[in-house]
Amino acid sequence: MKDEITREERVDNLKGMGCSRKRVEDARFTQGKGNYVDDIKLDGMLFGDFVRSPYAHARIKSIDTAAALEVPGVLAVLTAADLEPLGLHWMPTLAGDKQMVLADGKVLFQGQEVAYVVAEDRYAAADGIELVEVEYEELPVIVNPFESLKSDVVLREDLVAEDGSIPDGAHGPRKHPNHIFTWDAGDKDPTEEVIANAEVVAEETMYYHRTHPCPLETCGCVASMDKVNGKLTLWGTFQAPHAIRTVVSLISGIEEHNIRVISPDIGGGFGNKVGAYPGYVCSVVASIVTGKPVKWIEDRMDNLMTTAFARDYHMTGKISATKEGKITGLHCHVTADHGGFDACADPTKFPAGFMNICTGSYDIPTAYLEVEGVYTNKAPGGVSYRCSFRVTEAVYFIERMIEVLAIELNMDAAELRRINFIKKEQFPYTAALGWEYDSGDYHTAWDKALKTVGYDGLRTEQAQRVEDFKAGKTRKLMGIGLSFFTEIVGAGPVKNCDILGLGMFDSCEIRIHPTGSAIARLGTISQGQGHATTFAQILASEIGLPADSITIEEGDTDTAPYGLGTYGSRSTPVAGAATAMAGRKIRAKAQMIAAYLLEVHDNDVEFDVDRFVVKGAPEKFKTMKEIAFAAYNQAIPGIEPGLEAVSYYDPPNMTYPFGAYVCVMDIDVDTGVTEIRRFYALDDCGTRINPMIIEGQVHGGLTEALAVALGQEIAYDDMGNVKTGTLMDFFLPTAWEVPNYETDFTVTPSPHHPIGAKGVGESPHVGGVPCFSNAVQDAFRPFGNRHTNMPHDHWRIWRTANELGLHD
Amino acid sequence: MSKKMHIKLNVNGKDEEFLAEPRELLIYTLRERLNITGPHIGCETSHCGACTVTINGKSVKSCTMFVAQADGAAVTTIEGLGDPDNLHPLQEAFKEHHGLQCGYCTPGMITRATKLLEENPNPTEEEIRFGMAGNICRCTGYQNIVKSIQAAASEMNAAKEAAE
Amino acid sequence: MIPAAFEYYRPKDMAGVLAVLEEHGDDARVMAGGHSLIPMMKLRMADVPHLIDLQDVGGMSDIEVGTDMIRLGALVTQADIIDHAELSNAAPILREAALQIADPQVRYMGTVGGNVANGDPGNDMPGLTQCLNAIFTVVGPNGERDIPARAFYEAAYVTAREDEEVLTHVAIPMPNGGYAYEKQKRKIGDYATAAAAVQIVKDGGICVSASIAMTNLSDTPVYSEAAGEALLGTSVDAAALDASVAAMLGDIEPTEDNRGPVAFKNHVAGVILRRAILTAWSRA
Repeated sequence: MKDEITREERVDNLKGMGCSRKRVEDARFTQGKGNYVDDIKLDGMLFGDFVRSPYAHARIKSIDTAAALEVPGVLAVLTAADLEPLGLHWMPTLAGDKQMVLADGKVLFQGQEVAYVVAEDRYAAADGIELVEVEYEELPVIVNPFESLKSDVVLREDLVAEDGSIPDGAHGPRKHPNHIFTWDAGDKDPTEEVIANAEVVAEETMYYHRTHPCPLETCGCVASMDKVNGKLTLWGTFQAPHAIRTVVSLISGIEEHNIRVISPDIGGGFGNKVGAYPGYVCSVVASIVTGKPVKWIEDRMDNLMTTAFARDYHMTGKISATKEGKITGLHCHVTADHGGFDACADPTKFPAGFMNICTGSYDIPTAYLEVEGVYTNKAPGGVSYRCSFRVTEAVYFIERMIEVLAIELNMDAAELRRINFIKKEQFPYTAALGWEYDSGDYHTAWDKALKTVGYDGLRTEQAQRVEDFKAGKTRKLMGIGLSFFTEIVGAGPVKNCDILGLGMFDSCEIRIHPTGSAIARLGTISQGQGHATTFAQILASEIGLPADSITIEEGDTDTAPYGLGTYGSRSTPVAGAATAMAGRKIRAKAQMIAAYLLEVHDNDVEFDVDRFVVKGAPEKFKTMKEIAFAAYNQAIPGIEPGLEAVSYYDPPNMTYPFGAYVCVMDIDVDTGVTEIRRFYALDDCGTRINPMIIEGQVHGGLTEALAVALGQEIAYDDMGNVKTGTLMDFFLPTAWEVPNYETDFTVTPSPHHPIGAKGVGESPHVGGVPCFSNAVQDAFRPFGNRHTNMPHDHWRIWRTANELGLHD
Repeated sequence: MSKKMHIKLNVNGKDEEFLAEPRELLIYTLRERLNITGPHIGCETSHCGACTVTINGKSVKSCTMFVAQADGAAVTTIEGLGDPDNLHPLQEAFKEHHGLQCGYCTPGMITRATKLLEENPNPTEEEIRFGMAGNICRCTGYQNIVKSIQAAASEMNAAKEAAE
Repeated sequence: MIPAAFEYYRPKDMAGVLAVLEEHGDDARVMAGGHSLIPMMKLRMADVPHLIDLQDVGGMSDIEVGTDMIRLGALVTQADIIDHAELSNAAPILREAALQIADPQVRYMGTVGGNVANGDPGNDMPGLTQCLNAIFTVVGPNGERDIPARAFYEAAYVTAREDEEVLTHVAIPMPNGGYAYEKQKRKIGDYATAAAAVQIVKDGGICVSASIAMTNLSDTPVYSEAAGEALLGTSVDAAALDASVAAMLGDIEPTEDNRGPVAFKNHVAGVILRRAILTAWSRA
């Protein structure tokens, strides 16, 4: 048989890896036919909503629900007293702590869930909430972790023994009632010794402020207990549906096979939707009690005040170097504000996430990190907002320390980075704090970035601007922000990483249909990343069937294989690998079938794009389509019918994407207004599956980075009131505030990943925040600025200028 | 609860009549009463634009309008812009230029863009960014949204020229 | 965010509006576009048992550009102002300011009447109308009366309008000379950190008339007569600018909020005013 199309055309027809395949998700989204949790409507569905605490710290003296129950349409009001007999008034957190589902005697943060009103519609629920009378006795409020560690005020009486002693926590000894853990990594004494004897030492204290992932869709769920069949179905905004099923089973006692968790379309996650929240538990209980489906959807204020926060790290660093700028040691101490409950979403062994990636992209021989977790009267959370666990904090820390060291050395910060990068030939590289970086080529990326932006020219222009400013010719300064980041993503090896004891592998199950199309199901769940598009591309390249003929399904625990979900850029590194591995199992069986059909030995056929060909005789082949049909319909001796495969992939290591970013910013010193003139982002995420989607991820991550660096924060006053509860004050940039970005790339494949991919969704956020911040700081460097904390909103920039005497 | 009102709406060309409390927000009328779930709820304080629909020729955030105010109005949502066999050029362009990711802001974004292009068929990038500033997207960073709207504008202008 | 229940009225004429107001006193509120009131009701920060929707009341949606006066009906929207060529020609500062209010969707709904009558110090139109020396017409059970914009605002959300009165029109003496509306804000959709409305007349290189008002820098808009006077008779040189800014700073009383502390706001108010004056002067 003669081939009617060229090999190149056959490759194109697959729409496999490396092509900018258009997204299959978009048809429904552009026509308003997405199916998000709040779109779900079931017969007799009820609505639940919370009475929330107006106080940050108070004892609850009484709760009177009588008036609320009088409201037409209100069916029930749940309090902790109702949940206690079920053992559900508290729930375990992802961090080994426990959290009140409904206030049990006291509240620990403003907005905390106090009672749950169940009603026939949202309107009755809202009216009911207004009529629940709660009597509070206010207690002293602590919003500062340093004060918390010195305070006599005990926030968590449940964690102090009757004799006043302090039992160990989930992560070891606690030294104060408000202390959660102390966790360290690296070598303390040698590091301190190196720093004490160093030629040059730079020290800095920085606060990475509290913020929030704030996806456009808030969290919510619909719980439906089918009492006839004994099955619970729970739809919700879950970034980890399988883990939610296990957690629901463990805390409710319902056997796991009787629970079906479904993540429908998710309107953005960014870490907000990893955790388990009181709304889920209360909705399940309410459905069991009423026998009807119950929907709970948080409003935007609830979202910003209660479900999840990110960052809130007070970091102190010391970095030492030779006079020539070779870094010799790094010391980092963190005081981490975890709020009222420790609900951080980190792997069990890492209560401070992967903060110990804080040596960054640099060959630093000696380092030590110590993190103290502290309770305060703020909301619980500590999620990874568009980053792997605490990696944003780590990269911000090192990229600021590098800048501060450059100032100390009176050296160009780009050059300082260059002379300290881990060299290409040093990979795999074991960092001083323990991680083994799989691969990298930092110098190539850095040189490309600096050359593309014309770095030297920018510095010349900046110097001229400083002259002009001093001469009174302009009131605008120019900042050049640099950042070089190394991420650590793809958690992860089960030997290192579990959450609540659940190993962090992931999975893919493939079923090839007789006519040569396929369905693949994964343990992850897309929240906008385009999994249905990209995972089909991986498979297309692996199994030689067109991506357009492959359906990808995720998020239904009754049908998808078990997996730990999507966050920490783990989908491509872990589930993407599982997909490739499952595809290879398909291919191995297909090879045997092809050999049988072609009447040659298994070893005499080889895979070629979309077919197996006889080695040396490419005109003799069987396409994967033909093989699929034969697999089901032809009796082949020694081979069972069908063509299916499953892979559970436990990665041998994390992946380490990296990148080089440059931001050019103009700053009006009189108003604090910033203008981003240029932003260049070079990302190396290893093998590139879909360049269009990668670029989109970079644009989005940079925009979230811009927000965090330039204004987005969850701020509290001294009474623990949230000052940034609506989108008037919580900064989400519009199209007007956002620049165009230039994207670029190098490709350094991961050596251990089946297709060499590393993940990209979070890199631009991780690398972007220090880049924007460094641009602001750099503008003021010629006037004596060393460090100023984010967010760099107008007034804080103005304050920096003012303190430097630029308004005199 | 206050007394219910008799409300008439025309939604995507279809007449609807029902009884509703005046405080019912138009976004809930659309989503829960009429099962038109394209428009979404993002912020509830008229900042994000996920709930944008067109009412009597104006782009409106339907979370900030009582159904009583809309009584008698003509409402167009994303569902009224095209059908699977005949998509609006903006729907095509958003697909073609990766103008969306999670899709949650998309219905409001596209609905707003139809009005923008109606008022200004040849917008500059700056005009697009200014004219779309009532709609927040958390995923795309807007760059491809701008590109999508530019592409749709060209497409629509070309089609108009061809028709003339 | 669900508002409390209310009775809804949509009268066809002003008599109908006034009748409801008379019956329910301060339990009743009138609403135009609703984009200030509805969010407050949803947050349950405004309790409105009786809500009167003005949309069907005739005679309040017109823009009349006369020879000496401009007359805007209370229901004229920001979008109407932006789109009205004759108005933009006659009083370009109105368009310049309207474009800096909220976002496109909100500007379709937000009205002149709602913006000026609500008494929210964050709204832009109050300061603007003070700069332009506008006259507000209100109607109540005792008929119509006029209140100058400069005498209308008493405190945050407290104005010279009585509860049973409705603001129906804004009359603006035809502005002349150069103009500027300068506003600093954190992002689209935000209220001003500081905003300045300036209208200046130049004759032979000398300032012969100057009117200045500031927004969101006190609990009311601030018409700074002294800031305008400081420019009179000058060539708007550095000394005059300094004097004008100093005078303005004596009239404002900003408070700290998420936009920044008082010192910052005072500083930015000065910068913004200086820029507005220079722009207006260059256009005069």
